[in-house]
Amino acid sequence: MIPLSWYLVFSAALFAIGLFGVLARKNAVAILIGIELMLNSVNINLVAFWRYIAPDGISGQAFAVIVFAVAAAEVAVGLALIISIYRRRGTIAAEEIDMLKF
Amino acid sequence: MGDPVTFIAQWLENLLLGWGLSPQWVTILMTIIGVAAIAIFVLLVDILLVWVERKVVARFQDRLGPNRLGPFGLIQPIADVIKLLIKEDITPIGADRIVYNLPPIIALATVLMLWAVIPLAPTIVGTDLDVGVLYVVALGALGTLGIIMAGWASNNKYALIGAFRTVAQMVSYEVPMVIAVMVPVLLAGTMGINSIVFAQSPVWYVVVAPVAALILFISAIAELGRAPFDLAEAESEIVAGFHIEYTGMKFGMFYAGELLHALTISGLVASLFLGGWRGPGAEAYPILGVVYFFMKAFFLYWAIMWIKYSLPRIRIDHMLNFNWKFLTPLALIVLIVTAILDKLFAGFPEWLYVVGMLLANLVIIWLTVQILRNRAKVERKRVAEPGPIAAPQNPSVSSTSS
Amino acid sequence: MSGLQIIFILVAALTLGAGLLAVTVRNLVHAALWLILALFGVAIFFVLLNAGFLAVAQVVVYIGAIAILMIFAIMLTQQVASYKGTQLNANWIWSAFIAVVVFAGLAWILSSWSGFSTLPPEMSARADPLRQLGSALVSPTAYVIPFEVASVLLLAALIGAIIIAWDRK
Repeated sequence: MIPLSWYLVFSAALFAIGLFGVLARKNAVAILIGIELMLNSVNINLVAFWRYIAPDGISGQAFAVIVFAVAAAEVAVGLALIISIYRRRGTIAAEEIDMLKF
Repeated sequence: MGDPVTFIAQWLENLLLGWGLSPQWVTILMTIIGVAAIAIFVLLVDILLVWVERKVVARFQDRLGPNRLGPFGLIQPIADVIKLLIKEDITPIGADRIVYNLPPIIALATVLMLWAVIPLAPTIVGTDLDVGVLYVVALGALGTLGIIMAGWASNNKYALIGAFRTVAQMVSYEVPMVIAVMVPVLLAGTMGINSIVFAQSPVWYVVVAPVAALILFISAIAELGRAPFDLAEAESEIVAGFHIEYTGMKFGMFYAGELLHALTISGLVASLFLGGWRGPGAEAYPILGVVYFFMKAFFLYWAIMWIKYSLPRIRIDHMLNFNWKFLTPLALIVLIVTAILDKLFAGFPEWLYVVGMLLANLVIIWLTVQILRNRAKVERKRVAEPGPIAAPQNPSVSSTSS
Repeated sequence: MSGLQIIFILVAALTLGAGLLAVTVRNLVHAALWLILALFGVAIFFVLLNAGFLAVAQVVVYIGAIAILMIFAIMLTQQVASYKGTQLNANWIWSAFIAVVVFAGLAWILSSWSGFSTLPPEMSARADPLRQLGSALVSPTAYVIPFEVASVLLLAALIGAIIIAWDRK
């Protein structure tokens, strides 16, 4: 039997990896990859708490489903923004997109 | 004795238990044996499919097809495999080695994995997952991934164009496919494929929901990437697309995966809409169910080949328009109508329910045909009108602003 | 150590390794492929947690849609093969430090919680999480409003993405 702690430590590690990706990467798409990892670690936590603390209800899974929907929406809009910026500026390195207006 | 597979499985299980193995290990061993058995069986069918495909296409084109090796050319596929095995295995310069070598495996493995949930008979089924239908969709997504990896890693622009087309096509056609699959799920009240087959007891779902069956069939052909939707590997435009650089057995695995995928999808459509293993005496003698299942699957497979060798390839913009402006709205309408009528007819006797559903579907077909006819009329008028032909341009107004 | 625990450790190592590579490798297409492996590992965790629906939905949504969209965007936005420079910015050491601190902090806070090493309760045989989830998402007493809001959000994202990426020439 796997104790809850294993899942929690694992998802904390995955969250930290995602955070590193968001903070350290130059490319905007790579930053989105980090965000996806963070969202996934949150999902594991939600489902693990559902399974270990409240398996009779369904809240954990319902939250996870809504996180899926939000992640899909976020990626669709994020990538559209990135492609739009690439067309105008010719770059998607986050540190080079520093004009507030163009 | 109508169920030899279960009989053998039980005998084997008792034998293993008799050797003093613990029940846990026996379960694991039995699972491995079951997986190996179904995979080998399916791959043997796959070899036969090469022969079927070549023979049928020959008949469509008024030829004889393979007829030299063995009776009716039945040994021909073995010769094909030997030829593929002894061909040179080329990895193009600049290709990404690991990413380049993975896709053939993914292409065949995702198709083989589909057989885990397809029921061959009431008792002969890998596993009746309660999310079986969704599992099938998920494996389709993995297949798309394999094609993109192949296209990108080949370091070839035709391959990359093929991969781009694949994304546009497969991701789009997944939408009407999933919506159409939702109709039998809604009627049966379950996502397990064997449970859906069990639920088709008085009539097959193709009678209750013919429009959804047709939508699923069309989008499944697109998902397969077969003609008329074979833009991803259009031989005459991008010389085979994503698998242009693959040689020998790597190409053979793509080819085998494609043929098997067609049969698998046929089996799936047969399970969801044509009653799968259902037929006279199938419940009493499950082995008969296997026969019925393969009869239905091969009928649909033949229909796919019939379409493939009769229709020309459609253009990419037509392909996307057809999906987003025709199939998807139609699938949504069918799903909504089915859901509403299912609630309305809930208390009615069986025959009235079936007749009502069928009538609703016929009305939808009639309305669709009317709308299409009006569109065609408008289009014909537009094409018939003489357009502006080479009118002399006013030199003072330069029209290069676009 | 039971078989389940061995599976957990293997899958966790696979997922974390793939995740780490996804945020560090230079070639972005490789990064996206590692991301797919990590997402697949998360799907296996959902299976271990008796959430079969979420596992399959994870593969459909994340691998089938999100990851493929990302690969597509990477291919559209740069000459992947030609760019060989570093993908990390100047502050990556500080970022790594922050990530380690966040991990240590989370682990420390969690370990002081009383329910940290709870064992899973038995799933009752009659419970059908799939059916429960389905009816909870459309039941007015449960999650119908979040569900509808999520669908409106998806529609808005759909239209927004088309408008933003529209190539007006």
